[in-house]
Order: sequence, then C-alpha cells, then structure tokens
Amino acid sequence: MTHIRLEIQLIALVTAIACALPGAFLMLRRISMLSDAISHAVLPGIVIAFFFTGNLNSPLLILAAAASGIITAALIELLSRTRRVGQDAAIGLVFPSLFSIGVILIARYASDVHLDVDAVLLGELAFAPFDRIVLGGTDIGPRALWVTGTILAINVSFVLVFFKELKLSTFDPALAATLGFSPVLLHYLLMAVVSVTAVGAFDAVGSVLVVAFIIGPPAAAFLLTDRLSMLLVLSAGIGACAAVGGYWLAFLLDASIAGSMASCVGLLFLLSLTFAPRHGMVAAARHRKLQRRQFTRQMLLVHLLHHEGSPEEEIECRCDHLCEHLRWDSRTSSRVIRSALHDHLIEQNGEKLLLTRAGRSTAREALSGTVPAGSLV
Amino acid sequence: MLAVQASGSFIGLDFTLRTVALGAAVLGVVSGTLGSWAVLRGRSLLGDAISHAALPGIAIAFLLTGQRTPLTLAIGAGASGWLGAMLILGITDRSRVPHDAALGLVLSVFFGVGMVLLTFIQRLPSGTQAGLDTFLFGQAAALLPREVIMMLILGAAAILATVVFWKEFKLLSFDPEFGRSIGLPMRRLDFFLTSLLVVAIVIGLQAVGVVLMSAILVAPAAAARQWSNRLEVIAPLAAVFGAGAGVTGALLSASLPHTPTGPTIVLCAGGIMLVSLFFAPGRGLVANAIRMRRVRRGLRDLGLLEDLFTLARKHADPLHPHRTAVLRAMTSTPETVSPGLRHLEQRGWARRTGPDSWGLTPGGWEAALTRFGPNGDQQPGRNPA
Repeated sequence: MTHIRLEIQLIALVTAIACALPGAFLMLRRISMLSDAISHAVLPGIVIAFFFTGNLNSPLLILAAAASGIITAALIELLSRTRRVGQDAAIGLVFPSLFSIGVILIARYASDVHLDVDAVLLGELAFAPFDRIVLGGTDIGPRALWVTGTILAINVSFVLVFFKELKLSTFDPALAATLGFSPVLLHYLLMAVVSVTAVGAFDAVGSVLVVAFIIGPPAAAFLLTDRLSMLLVLSAGIGACAAVGGYWLAFLLDASIAGSMASCVGLLFLLSLTFAPRHGMVAAARHRKLQRRQFTRQMLLVHLLHHEGSPEEEIECRCDHLCEHLRWDSRTSSRVIRSALHDHLIEQNGEKLLLTRAGRSTAREALSGTVPAGSLV
Repeated sequence: MLAVQASGSFIGLDFTLRTVALGAAVLGVVSGTLGSWAVLRGRSLLGDAISHAALPGIAIAFLLTGQRTPLTLAIGAGASGWLGAMLILGITDRSRVPHDAALGLVLSVFFGVGMVLLTFIQRLPSGTQAGLDTFLFGQAAALLPREVIMMLILGAAAILATVVFWKEFKLLSFDPEFGRSIGLPMRRLDFFLTSLLVVAIVIGLQAVGVVLMSAILVAPAAAARQWSNRLEVIAPLAAVFGAGAGVTGALLSASLPHTPTGPTIVLCAGGIMLVSLFFAPGRGLVANAIRMRRVRRGLRDLGLLEDLFTLARKHADPLHPHRTAVLRAMTSTPETVSPGLRHLEQRGWARRTGPDSWGLTPGGWEAALTRFGPNGDQQPGRNPA
C-alpha cells in the first residue's frame, strides 16, 4: 500500500514539474489561458483517435491529442488574426466549441466505453498505479509514471536547449526576430510542448489540474523573483510542494486528489501573494506606509523652512497651527513632530518649532530634488 | 429569427419542452446582453473563470442547507463566483501577476476546491445529492418551471440594471478616464457590471454547466459585434442570437438521443458566430474580401491608365495605339495587363486597335488628364476619382 502511495506522489510530482516549466513562459508571454484552452480542446483529438484505434492506451491518442492542441492554438491565432475578435474572445470561442464536439462525440457514440468526461476533467490519479507496464515478464512501473516522466524529460530538454531563444523571444520578440530567430516557430514549439504536457498530464490528473499546475506555480514564483532561471526553479519547486502537499491533504480529508492538489496550488499562491518579500501584499503595504511617513515628514520640514525668518513665523510654525495649515489631523501632526524631534531634524521651543541644521538641509534636499533615489523608492 | 421560428412552434411542444426552451431563451437573452459588455471590454474569459469559481459555492450551499432548491444553489454559486471575480480583479490590480494568469489560477483553484467539496457530498448518506453533477455540463432537460421562473426574475433584474446604468457602463467600457474625471465612481461601476455578469452566469449554470458557460457569453456577443459598430445594436442583437442558440440547442438536444444540452447550445452559438464572421455585411470576411478585390482592381486600372497616359504624352497623337508588350514591360505585375485593359475598355477609357495593340479613347485621355495632371506628376490619390 505504501508503495502505491509513493507512486501516486511520484506521478503527481513529475507532472507538476513538467507543467511548471512551459507554464512559466506562458505566464511571461501573457498567454496563460492558452493552457486552459489546449487542455480542454485535446478532447476531440482523443475521441477521434479512439474511434480509429479502439484502444484507450494507444500512444496514437497522445499524438492525436497533441495535434488537436496545436490546431487549437493555430485556430485561436487565425481567428484573432482576422482582427474581428480580440485574442481573449478567440480563446473563449475556440476551445468551448472543440470541447463541445468532443463531449457530444462521446455522448453519442462512445457512451458505452470507458471514456468518461468526468475522468477527462478530473483525472484518475488514485487508479494510476494499477495500470502498469510489464516488459518481458517484469513489472517496470506504472504507465502514467513512464508517460509523465517522458514528458518531463522532453520539457526539461526543451527549456535547456532553447533557453536563450525562449528568453529573448519572450522579453523582446522584436529583437529576436531581427536576430533571425523565428518567434512564430518558437511559439508553436511551445504550444506543442504545452499540448503534449496537457495530454500526458490530464490522463493522470485531469484537465483542470493541468491548468492549476501550469498557471499556479509560475504565478506564485513570479512574486518571489526577477530572474528567469530562478523563476523556473521556483515554479518547479512550488509545483512539487503542491503535488505532495495536495496528496496528503486528500489523504487526510479522504477527498478528490486532483481537487486537493489544485487547492494546494491556490494556498501556496496565496502565501506568496501575501508574504513575498518585495512583491507581496504585506511588503507593498509596509512600503506604502513608509512612503507616506517620509512624505509627511518632508512636508513638515519644507513648511518650516518656507516660513523660517518670515514675519508670520510665530503663527505658522506653531504645533497647533500645522493641523490647520497642512490639513493634518492632530494625531498625524503629533506623530510627525515626535519622529522629527527624535531624529533631531527639528527642535521645540515652547509651542514653536525650529529647524535644526540637519533638518534644514533635509528640507532643501527635498525641495531641490537631490534626494538620493533610493530613499524615495 | 431563430427565436421567432422556435416560439412559433411552441404551441406544438409538450409542457417540459416548452419549459426547457423558455429557460434556454432567457439564458440566451441575458448572456447575450451582458456578454456584449464583457467582449467589448476585452474580458471574454472572465466569464469562464467566474463560472468555474461558482462550483465550490454550489457545493457549500448544498452542504449547509442539505437541499437542492434552485435559489439556495444560485445564491451559493453567485457568492463564490463573485468572490472569484473580485479576487481576479484584486490580484490584477494589486500585484504584478498578469491578468490572464490570475484568471487561470482562480478558475482552476476554485474548481479544485469545488471538486474536494463534491467528494464530501458524494459521501453523504442521503440520496438528495443526485443532480449536482449536472452543474458540470448542464442539463436543460431537467429544468423545472420554478427554476425557469427564478431565471426569468434574476435575468429581468439584471437586464433592467443594465438599461438603467447604460450610459455609465458605456463610459466605463470606452472611456474610463473621462468617466473618472467627471466624478463617476468607476471602480464601483466596474464591480457592479462584473456582479451583473455573475448573475448572468448563475442563470446559465444549470442549463449549460460550469465548463461551457463562458461560450454562451462570448459567442453571441462576438457574433453580434460583426454586424454593427454601435453598442445599442450589438447588445440587443447578441440577446437575439443568444436566445436563438439557446432554444435551438435545447430543442436539438431534447430531440436527439444522447445529446447533452450545454455542448449543443455552444455549437449552435458557435455556428452563429462563424456565419457572422464570414457573411456579416461590412465587417464580415467575405464582404471584406470583395471590397479588397474591388480596391485592388481599381488601383490596377488606374496604374494601367497612367502607363497608357505616359506613352500617349510622348506621342504627337495622344490616341496612338501601343503594343501590350510595352505595357507589360512598364509594370511589375505583367499578368494583370490583359484583364486590366479589358476593364478599361468596359469603362470606355481604352480601345483595342489591333490583335495586340491598345490606345486611349478621348474619354480615357480626359480621365487621365484630370487624375494625373498635364505633366503626369499629380498623385492619383489626391484627385477625386
């Protein structure tokens, strides 16, 4: 039994990593939703190939599904090229239609076979270890592991071999084209890789989880790093965590494995979204707060500098007058004054505020804009 | 047109079919109207995400109340669909994650959570959970009159709200900056329009299902877009297309064996879209091809006329004929010379003087003079043709 558990986790792990690699490029190219389209639209390809072979395990099914994935990408491209609909509408038109054709074909002509639409959407990961490959009398492991393992190998070598080209055409397609790389060819290569991944993976984990694994981990990793190579590594790592974590979540709750893994992807993304050191919500909120404080302090210093030595200094530079003149509430003004006093930028003489030497130069810097860029950002 | 046909044959339908067709029509009208906004705002896939995000809400509503009444499930679906939509808008606004990634993420994660909850429901001892899985692909045939009534009320409310806020939504879609500058709460309007989209999706979920709902939003609107550039035309037309696709699909699915409703409606809507894409006047691809051909021919004729004119000016007799070979040598597309000359002959600008020689007619000389000027140095485009 533990053996089977281990195998399920291994299949999920391999699938997650295989999905994350092309997913990172899809996200950077702003075409993540193509993975959703492709993972749905492979259905008619599988059904038609099944009609020809009569065998659900035929490798021809994977080829046909991959072909229909590429056709989907091409149809979407063709439709948005007419410039009669936007790219998003093209996606929203093409894949539901193809998926509908697949569902109707199954319902009408294959309802008696084990080609269940639920299984396509949700996968049968729990049963994957029971479908084994036996070679020359010896059991060499579950079929799904071989399939996803092959796909992982393909994806890793694709990324390694075309790393430079992918990077260039993702971040600067125009330069890539002038340097003689073909962005179109690379786009379709990427689509082919996504299709093969979607097919191989959805056999094991279902099409919706494929989408979660392709889009989720790169989105979470995108908040953590600014380097492409790091993005790929982190995506793979986050995907792997979600796969294993999701398995144990499903085990604990006795619930759908694919669903739990997708939930785990969501959880990890939420963590990243909240706590990412630079691009997370908490960091952004803290940053905004810091900026606001810095700005109010500059306002105070500039205000004092402006009225320094002028006839109205006695009125303008009083603590209680700040509320009125700068439209601060009393809490804001007392906090700003306290912190400026603490940093020896101002001095207090009764109710009157005076700039110190340091305060005066800070105010001048703020006015002339010679503040070092780092302290403002 | 389809809707009219279908409603014409209503009398002959039995009660269930009539209910189903009415439900599908309501669904089509509401999705068409609200889908127009989504498509025009470049948010076609938001519907896809919202409909998937509705699944956990349906499951939770069922788990909490233990019943499958349309209203509780609709409230659950609406609440979690709305939450998903707000998350997408929030993630896109507040972080560096691209919009499409946020869409796909919310879509798949909410759907996954929904699947987890559905496994809980499947373990419940009661048999009442039957029918929850119709939300995946929809089952219009299972629509009950009370469900259709709920769809009707919700749909009417949504469309009424759209009509009342028409002007504001139009600003939001086409010039949000201007809207903001005249003091309209654009963010809140955006939330409101998105919420109405959620209502449209909730209406459609039971009939077409989570997976294909987005197509019912996108296809009629994208089809209607081909026929007009005016929102006042697009939205009603999309409603008509949606109703047509809904009714046709529902009836087809009910009359053919083993044909699920959702996919059939989607294919009907896709068919309408395809026909519009090719055959709509003006924007349609066929009309466009014909126009392009006419323009190309016109330019070709003009070029040929200019060449004939250039030759004629070199001659004492402007009407002196020239050999086709000379004309062929003057252009980069020699194969267009013969058909072009015949065309000029039809317009009375050129005449054939021998088996292989052509010259300008006096009318052709005049036409060339007005277009190219006496020295032949005027740009033909600057003069009215």
